[in-house]
Amino acid sequence: MQKTVSLTVNGKPVSATVEGRTLLVQLLREHLGLTGTHVGCDTSQCGACVVHVDGEAVKSCTLLALQAEGRSVATIEGVATGDTLHPMQEAFRNNHALQCGFCTPGMVMSALDLVKNNPNPTEREIREYLEGNLCRCTGYHNIVLAIAEGAAVMRGETPPANVHGAAAE
Amino acid sequence: MTTVGTPVRRREDYRFLTGQGTYTDDINRPHQLHAHILRSPHAHARISGIDTAAAAQAPGVAAVFTGRDMTAAGVGGLPCGWQVHSKDGSPMAEPAHPPLAADHVRHVGDPVAVVIAETIEQAREAADQIQVDYVEEPAVVDPGEALKPGAPQVFADVPGNLCYDWSLGDLAAVDAAFANAARIVKLDLVNNRLVPNAMEPRAAIGEFDRATGDYTLFTTSQNPHVIRLLMGAFVLHIPEAKLRVVAPDVGGGFGSKIYHYAEEAIVTWAAAKVRRPVKWTAERSESFMSDAHGRDHVTHVELALDAQAKFLALKVSTIANMGAYLSTFAPCIPTYLYGTLLAGTYTTPAIYVETKAVFTHTVPVDAYRGAGRPEATFLLERIVDLAADELGIDPAELRRRNFIPADAYPYQTPVALEYDSGDYGTTLELALKAADYAGFEARRREAIGRGKLRGIGIATYIEACGIAPSAVVGSLGARAGLYESAAVRVHPSGSVSILTGSHSHGQGHETTFSQLVADRLGIPLESVEIVHGDTAKIPYGMGTYGSRSLAVGGSAIVKAMDKIVEKGRKIAAHLLEAAEADVEFADGKFSVAGTDRSKSFGEVALTAYVPHNYPEDLEPGLDETSFYDPKNFTFPSGAHIAEIEIDPETGHVAIVNFTASDDFGRIVNPMIVAGQVHGGLAQGIGQALLEGCVYDNETGQLLTGSYNDYAMPRADDLPNFALSTNVTLCTHNPLGVKGCGEAGAIGAPAAITNALVDALRPLGVRHLDMPATPERLWRVIQQHRQPLAAD
Repeated sequence: MQKTVSLTVNGKPVSATVEGRTLLVQLLREHLGLTGTHVGCDTSQCGACVVHVDGEAVKSCTLLALQAEGRSVATIEGVATGDTLHPMQEAFRNNHALQCGFCTPGMVMSALDLVKNNPNPTEREIREYLEGNLCRCTGYHNIVLAIAEGAAVMRGETPPANVHGAAAE
Repeated sequence: MTTVGTPVRRREDYRFLTGQGTYTDDINRPHQLHAHILRSPHAHARISGIDTAAAAQAPGVAAVFTGRDMTAAGVGGLPCGWQVHSKDGSPMAEPAHPPLAADHVRHVGDPVAVVIAETIEQAREAADQIQVDYVEEPAVVDPGEALKPGAPQVFADVPGNLCYDWSLGDLAAVDAAFANAARIVKLDLVNNRLVPNAMEPRAAIGEFDRATGDYTLFTTSQNPHVIRLLMGAFVLHIPEAKLRVVAPDVGGGFGSKIYHYAEEAIVTWAAAKVRRPVKWTAERSESFMSDAHGRDHVTHVELALDAQAKFLALKVSTIANMGAYLSTFAPCIPTYLYGTLLAGTYTTPAIYVETKAVFTHTVPVDAYRGAGRPEATFLLERIVDLAADELGIDPAELRRRNFIPADAYPYQTPVALEYDSGDYGTTLELALKAADYAGFEARRREAIGRGKLRGIGIATYIEACGIAPSAVVGSLGARAGLYESAAVRVHPSGSVSILTGSHSHGQGHETTFSQLVADRLGIPLESVEIVHGDTAKIPYGMGTYGSRSLAVGGSAIVKAMDKIVEKGRKIAAHLLEAAEADVEFADGKFSVAGTDRSKSFGEVALTAYVPHNYPEDLEPGLDETSFYDPKNFTFPSGAHIAEIEIDPETGHVAIVNFTASDDFGRIVNPMIVAGQVHGGLAQGIGQALLEGCVYDNETGQLLTGSYNDYAMPRADDLPNFALSTNVTLCTHNPLGVKGCGEAGAIGAPAAITNALVDALRPLGVRHLDMPATPERLWRVIQQHRQPLAAD
């Protein structure tokens, strides 16, 4: 059965005709062409599909598209301002916190959710919060550093010196 | 400006961080259909009939195909790229591997039929209506069991399930050394089966243009040209010129995306049948039952030592699980990437290894990060630690006593390889110092006070990377050359496109390769574009695996740039009215030696394309291609030290410290290299503590078929890693580089296991199989405590 769903995605009103069983991630990827949100598993564990719904991080494979009716959804495509990366994205780049990039959108969306609820997380808190996001490339080491740096910048602090010695070209 | 050796931030990150990467599943072709593959629920069964009539009539269905349809159309089997010979000289058993099973299914997940429909939901629903009549037969999943008389047979024409019985080394010399040994140490061990689990599931889109007869395959591959060759020449009989293979952004591979998979052939063949593009994307549960798995060895090892604890000889007997079919490179993994590594970092003068490769009713096994080298390192570093324990010698000291000395290169091992450079002693000392090895016993005592069992474990390793000299691998059974190609295309305005046969699926080639080019040609990084992953753009390529991209692919780029500079020198000499021999090239300028007269790289490029004032005998244009065939393998090495604490009440392990000191040769981008090591360590620690692919021995069912059952390392399972490097240059490639992609996965399993055994040694534990899960550790602790309690 087809139904129309209307919602806000990255600040813009959108509507689409979906089936009752269509998942939010399918709505984003297949109907709206927002392919930055990824599907890495079928058991809601990998976290590659994390988006924000009304400001809360959710795995978009666990929500039906119709459940997003009237809600405000934010995806990775809406995080940067124009060509300027968000401080959290910039911190991921500074710290080489991504390799193949597949888990990255979910990691960034989760990181933003963490910092919203805990602006100054410890390393242990970051690692525990990332329980729901799998990365196979980085061993998480640099993701943890990146989230700490991103959080510092978002708090308005000067981040600690980059451990890799990386600097903008 | 020199960028080599500096942590340049990655050029590819912007698109990935903003959700603008283009992975295969992100691609949708006009009028595309969706494929669902029906897979066997049984480990072993005969197909007595398939009824697809109802499925073919289901809503939205365009076509249903079975194995018989593909066979009738003349579709070939998936080929194997490496032929190993048994010790009696006979070639390995090489049974057919049809893309869709026709008469028998041989593992859970073996593809049986494909449904192609307007939507994926329609394809899935229609697949439920396919009636397959299976006659179940007994299955065998354990490689040791498969060799026993009376075991279920995977192929009627492969008696005893034996693929090959291979050996390497001088058995007589080994036996003589054992006869004279002061001490012999023996160990039985298992190297656990792993599922690679790149985060991007495999996907493929096939397309056929009836007007031109051109086929296109978009696929999640580490080596698109290899897929074009294998699928075109052996499976679908499409000439290379009519088949384009594109591997766009690929979300991790770790080996599992090297191979030519059935689904690639199915969607490409079906696209021509239905005259519309056909797309397939694996669900994660399909990945678990169709991506090639890794490891799965059962091994007996014996080490002979003299009275001074010098290693005299090593004898290894391994049974390696091939799974139900031979994956593309499977036969070479437990032989030429394993047996040849058994000298490790040591001077052991006599080594003999034999490997029996066996078929079982499981997913095919092939290279997974490290591929043979983690298996070799695990057994070597376990037996060395056990020898240290039995002899009462410090494990670091026993290793020092047996290291190949730093002045012994080139060093010929008794198992075929010639190491070109290394310095294992210095690397180990670096790691020992970083890990405060000397202070460990105090930390152990302090932990005991808190009720924790603390242990420290060392593993040193050597790996053979930069795969590989074509003539050498050809003599060992490779059916391909393992060179790499690069084209350097200088554009009229002086910007440069590099067309490389290497493929990046996380390794950061767009950055590292750009650094090489920017430095050599004296142009900004932004003027360099790295193009990869498309057979229509790249001259040729063997792809990325075996830590070969920089050592082989990078060397090809260097060679092609040399040709560019040579031609540029001719053009500059003409413009400067100087002798060619007097023109030097540095910092992006061709200069006449000893004068201030020069032409920039850009001016020379423009002249090459606007040749108004130009050498008479020179062709216009500035575009050069090179193929680089390595002269030898490269030999990265290192020393990894794990320090762990076990909670004896729960079996929980905390990794307190992990130190890795590695020798990768010259390092182009230290930040990217560190990232490679981190990722490898996580996978190695995963193997040691968490990951294990389990089949039910009776039914052959895959018990670890999702992230609910297969434990992937998560952020809170892992520590921060302390890394350092000790550089000795590779002597035979122009960059001096050795490769870094697999090191972590090679060193970590033995370092962690040695640390666990060290922690449990007071209880009388001498070995632990992987993964050392809390349950396994708790049981081991309980078993060893009971006799103590009885006292």
